[in-house]
Amino acid sequence: MLAFLVRRTIGALLVCAAVTFIVFLIFIVVPGGGPHGTAERIAGKNATTQNVINIEHEWGFDRPFYIQYWRLMNKMFNGTLVSYTSQQNVLSQIVDGIPATFSLTIGAGLIWLFFGIVVGVISALTAGRLSDRIITVLALIGISMPVFWLGLVARYYLAEGGLMTFFPDGEYVPLTQNPASWFAHLILPWLVLAVLFIGFYGRVLRGNILDTVNEDFVRTAKAKGLTPRRILLKHVLRTSLIPIVTLFGLDFASVLGGGAILTETVFDLHGVGEYAAQSIGNFDLPPIMGVTMYGAFFIVGFSVLVDLFYAYLDPRIRPT
Amino acid sequence: MGERLLEVDDLSVHFATEDGVVRAVDGVSFELARGDVLGIVGESGSGKSVTAMTLMGLTRGVNSIFGGRIVYKGKDLLNISEREFQDYRGAEIGMIFQDPMTSLNPVYRIGDQIVEAIRTHDSVDRRTARKRAVELLRQVGIPNPETRVDDYPHQFSGGMRQRAMIAMALSCSPDILIADEPTTALDVTIQAQIIELISRLKDDFNSAVILITHDLGVVADIADEILVMYAGRVVEQAAKRELFYNPQHPYTWGLLGSIPRLDGPRPERLHSIKGSPPSLINAPAGCKFRARCPHAFGKCTEEPRLENHVEAADHLDRCWLDVDYKRAQRDLTISGGHTEAA
Repeated sequence: MLAFLVRRTIGALLVCAAVTFIVFLIFIVVPGGGPHGTAERIAGKNATTQNVINIEHEWGFDRPFYIQYWRLMNKMFNGTLVSYTSQQNVLSQIVDGIPATFSLTIGAGLIWLFFGIVVGVISALTAGRLSDRIITVLALIGISMPVFWLGLVARYYLAEGGLMTFFPDGEYVPLTQNPASWFAHLILPWLVLAVLFIGFYGRVLRGNILDTVNEDFVRTAKAKGLTPRRILLKHVLRTSLIPIVTLFGLDFASVLGGGAILTETVFDLHGVGEYAAQSIGNFDLPPIMGVTMYGAFFIVGFSVLVDLFYAYLDPRIRPT
Repeated sequence: MGERLLEVDDLSVHFATEDGVVRAVDGVSFELARGDVLGIVGESGSGKSVTAMTLMGLTRGVNSIFGGRIVYKGKDLLNISEREFQDYRGAEIGMIFQDPMTSLNPVYRIGDQIVEAIRTHDSVDRRTARKRAVELLRQVGIPNPETRVDDYPHQFSGGMRQRAMIAMALSCSPDILIADEPTTALDVTIQAQIIELISRLKDDFNSAVILITHDLGVVADIADEILVMYAGRVVEQAAKRELFYNPQHPYTWGLLGSIPRLDGPRPERLHSIKGSPPSLINAPAGCKFRARCPHAFGKCTEEPRLENHVEAADHLDRCWLDVDYKRAQRDLTISGGHTEAA
């Protein structure tokens, strides 16, 4: 198991290194735009000529590419990357956004995992019957609704200032400041973000279960005299959930890494995703680079965790 | 003859499908006593596996229609509830399946799967159950059972997995062990070992065995009585010696002829029964084997009954042909010469 962990960690580090090269290529090497193009883009829209010259010198754009890469990495890992538009440190902005993003993601993740499994199991158990068909239609509707639209509709109908006031409208209240208010502010964003995934996970799990019940080992379990409930929980669900774990690990990590841009923006949660969205709107390159790279690290790290859990769930892929 | 355990009387199993009713099993009857080995032989789609699964209640479903009776120790298994049946499965009737590669759950340890079977029917603690699992694995010939009990199925070879399946099926000392093509997925040297193992354990556990196969060679050693099935029906039913030495149904001849022989001249090609089994949805009237039978004649458009035609009273077959005519013809068919001679 240790060898497996070491091997996966080395692999993950290599992927992270590749990510840094790709970020470097996409944002600094490839774009072009004249002799000072890169420095001008990084400096932002309101920069003076002197700013551009300083940046060009500081980032080493007048030096060979490996110096440029080295300086970029220095800024990334020392946390000295700054936005020249807002004069704010990128890392501290991201760290400020993390509580909101984590609150959103963890809550929504629990909701979509739980209801995804419930929906999948119910529709598999009643496959072909009315409840299965209704769930199928609802799942397709859920998958088809864009988050930004659903978020706005939810705000319009259910949030403060809308038609019916059930929930406060937008903003993030830190958990440490007021837990009840934190919860109330997050219910709508959680549900809106979870809807898409519930439909999707439900469909995937339904298919997995229907495949698994025809497996020979399920017949064996039945021949042993197990109760239907035990067969479902111990033999069918355990196997059917393995692909769900993969999906969840990747989706969860990408939302955590700032992927819930739309939800965060619609509900104005001031998370990492909203920071990314604002930076993109301002064409502010340093934060975009930062969010991209840190987000990618996060996803890579999470996929290592998923692999470990995967090996725990399925002994066949466990190294011996 | 030991205590009578099972009496199957005129069993039929039909499945309603979108294309029509599949008459998978029709009018099957047999008895099984403690210590008996019953062989059920037939090709794919003959209804032999469906018969076995029905004994285990594994064919129950909204589209299944059953007829006849399956009386086990005085109780008709066709009429008991699903909940009641759970107490029979594994405890009274154990079953092993064709493909040991897929019949064990890949994500649980072999030992845990055996322990699960034990603890489903016996209220013993985990440690006792585990000891019993180790003992069972030893009995089925797994080397180092104390350590192998913690292996996962993928760490076992095919033959070992089938041994583990047998250990699991026997874990609650069932009275009847049903083996559904237990050797089909294994290579030939392992086949003989598994059959020998089943035969030995049957005596150790004092149970009866129903052995299902498409290969008469497999049942030749251990069966006491043999049922030959074709298109959902029993076409011949006799004690083993009687069936091998005095086969009455042309389909049985075909099966016997399909076994490659090492004595005698080497044939040009391996013999097979020409054609394929009829559809079970719209089976033709009359003898179901008619279309493939080289001896079919006018009367075969009527279905013959399963009756005794020969000296041995418990030898039944479903064929219109005259016994003396059959005696003259069958050696030619079994040796594969009939089609050339005709």
